[in-house]
Amino acid sequence: MTESHTLAADALTLAYGDRTIVDGLDLVVPPGRITAIVGANGCGKSTLLRALARIVTPKSGQVLLDGTSLRELPTKEIARTLGLLPQSPTAPEGIAVSDLVGRGRHPHQKFLARWSEGDYESVARALASTRTTELADRPVDELSGGQRQRVWIAMALAQETDVLMLDEPTTYLDVAHQIEVLDLLADLNQERGTTIVMVLHDMNLAARYADHVFAMREGRIVASGPPAEVMTSELIRTVFDLDCTVIPDPVSGAPLVLPRGRHHARDAELEQVGAFDAR
Amino acid sequence: MSAGILGARSEVRTIVAGRRKRMRRRGLVIAILVIAVVAVFLATLMIGQTFYGPGDVIRVIFGQTVPGASFTVGDLRLPRASLGLLSGFAFGIAGVTFQTMLRNPLASPDVIGISSGASAAAVFGIIVLSLDGAAVSLLALCGALVTAAVIYLLSNRGGFGGTRLILIGIGVAAMLESVISYVLSRAAAWDLQTAMRWLTGSLNGAEWSSVLPLAVASLVLVPLLLSQGRSLSTLRLGDDSAAALGVRVSRIRLLAIIAAVALLAIATSAAGPIAFVAFMSGPIAARLVGPGGSPLLPAGLVGSLLVMLSDLVGQFAFDGRYPVGVITGVLGAPYLVLLLTRMNRTGGSL
Repeated sequence: MTESHTLAADALTLAYGDRTIVDGLDLVVPPGRITAIVGANGCGKSTLLRALARIVTPKSGQVLLDGTSLRELPTKEIARTLGLLPQSPTAPEGIAVSDLVGRGRHPHQKFLARWSEGDYESVARALASTRTTELADRPVDELSGGQRQRVWIAMALAQETDVLMLDEPTTYLDVAHQIEVLDLLADLNQERGTTIVMVLHDMNLAARYADHVFAMREGRIVASGPPAEVMTSELIRTVFDLDCTVIPDPVSGAPLVLPRGRHHARDAELEQVGAFDAR
Repeated sequence: MSAGILGARSEVRTIVAGRRKRMRRRGLVIAILVIAVVAVFLATLMIGQTFYGPGDVIRVIFGQTVPGASFTVGDLRLPRASLGLLSGFAFGIAGVTFQTMLRNPLASPDVIGISSGASAAAVFGIIVLSLDGAAVSLLALCGALVTAAVIYLLSNRGGFGGTRLILIGIGVAAMLESVISYVLSRAAAWDLQTAMRWLTGSLNGAEWSSVLPLAVASLVLVPLLLSQGRSLSTLRLGDDSAAALGVRVSRIRLLAIIAAVALLAIATSAAGPIAFVAFMSGPIAARLVGPGGSPLLPAGLVGSLLVMLSDLVGQFAFDGRYPVGVITGVLGAPYLVLLLTRMNRTGGSL
């Protein structure tokens, strides 16, 4: 299906002006897998994602795509391999769904050329896999939040990149739509082998859907590995300064993080089911 | 499996049909706008104290000598109509470029002070330095570019913000308006015509010497802007999305700003800052052609139409003659108020 591309950060330092956000970070994105980047607000996870998609230029170090620095690759060529769905993209007023999804074809279109047969087919495929085909001619501003997020993902799919990065794709969605969006990404990963990298706020969704987790604190990666190995109560304390109990999720078997907080904790009973911590 | 492919085929057909329908409407509207621009252009040449038929007018345009008409149409009305056509197009396309790029209908160069920068420089050049023709155009261009740079730098401190840019621009515009009034009041022999041109814009006294630089600039810059139409439309998705789609955001933005500011400045140096044309053309064009395509060409055509029609109205609809900027100002001001109240109601920010 899709080719596997390697995406890696090499001694990556990112800064806004004098403020260093990410300092000397190395990582390799596992190809063909789903990766989640987790961490507290302001830990640099969104900035890291934007740098991997070459939206942010590194202060030092580099991002390597198949071993070549992004700086040395033509912009449109990168855009045919790496896709990014930012946290809050804006839809032009009144634009129809299929026209918006068609914007995803930009890196494939020639100067001034009209939509090709291939463009139409990609848009149709993207709409079908996000189940938004019936919405094709509707204005995006009339859609519900969940529908709109599916349309944005369809735009990223129409770009037909082998690596898809998403910045908090479930924000502002209710729980049913969160699961729907993540299931869609899991389908995409399984059916096409698309490498997915996403920043997620919700530790439990990250644990359930990701094959690999990078946990960040203050611009550094403090843990990296499969969720079942790295998501422990010690890690959550390191990353979020929060006491919690981690138990196996009865639905998926993945780690389930239960924050303690200062109220409502029934310590004795939770100690009994604290299986992940016990291991 | 074959059913799946057939299913996909019919989905493609539905999408093709929907998009074709929207593109047909766009093509049709653009065709009607072109016809309307040509018709109003010819009407401007025919109507006046003496009426000349379309035959006479077309013969004059193609360089034949027609007694009477050659002077009135060729030397008086043709420069005026050409200036209306070209300046309107320039204002329309420059305005919609800024509005698209900054994703805000208020971010038009005549609202955020760039037109005032061009005007102030041109007034200074004409009245204080006694310049004319291409020198004035050049000075207006410098004035507009400097104003754009100042607004950009002031609004860029501590993170770029679109709303801040608009508010700073409105402040800068007010400052420059007072500079224009000051220079006009110091002029030794200033007359109402000159004052009106630099305060609201006017096609009175149009001459080939001021039309020519605008024509040359349009020939270069309009195709340049049109060729970047798709990249500019992609910028409307937000800078991050556009960059992720392979648009070189900073490069396109710089190119579009320089081209739009240059067109606007040269048009302003020839016709004055014709009120609200840059501001109104884009939204009117978007309403007519519908979303989905690039708004640049339709906005230019709407700009031409607005200026030429308003000039006809200003010259012949009332007892007295009014400069074109007074008419477009009367149309534009209520639209500005409407836009602001509508934003307030929908809870949108600036």
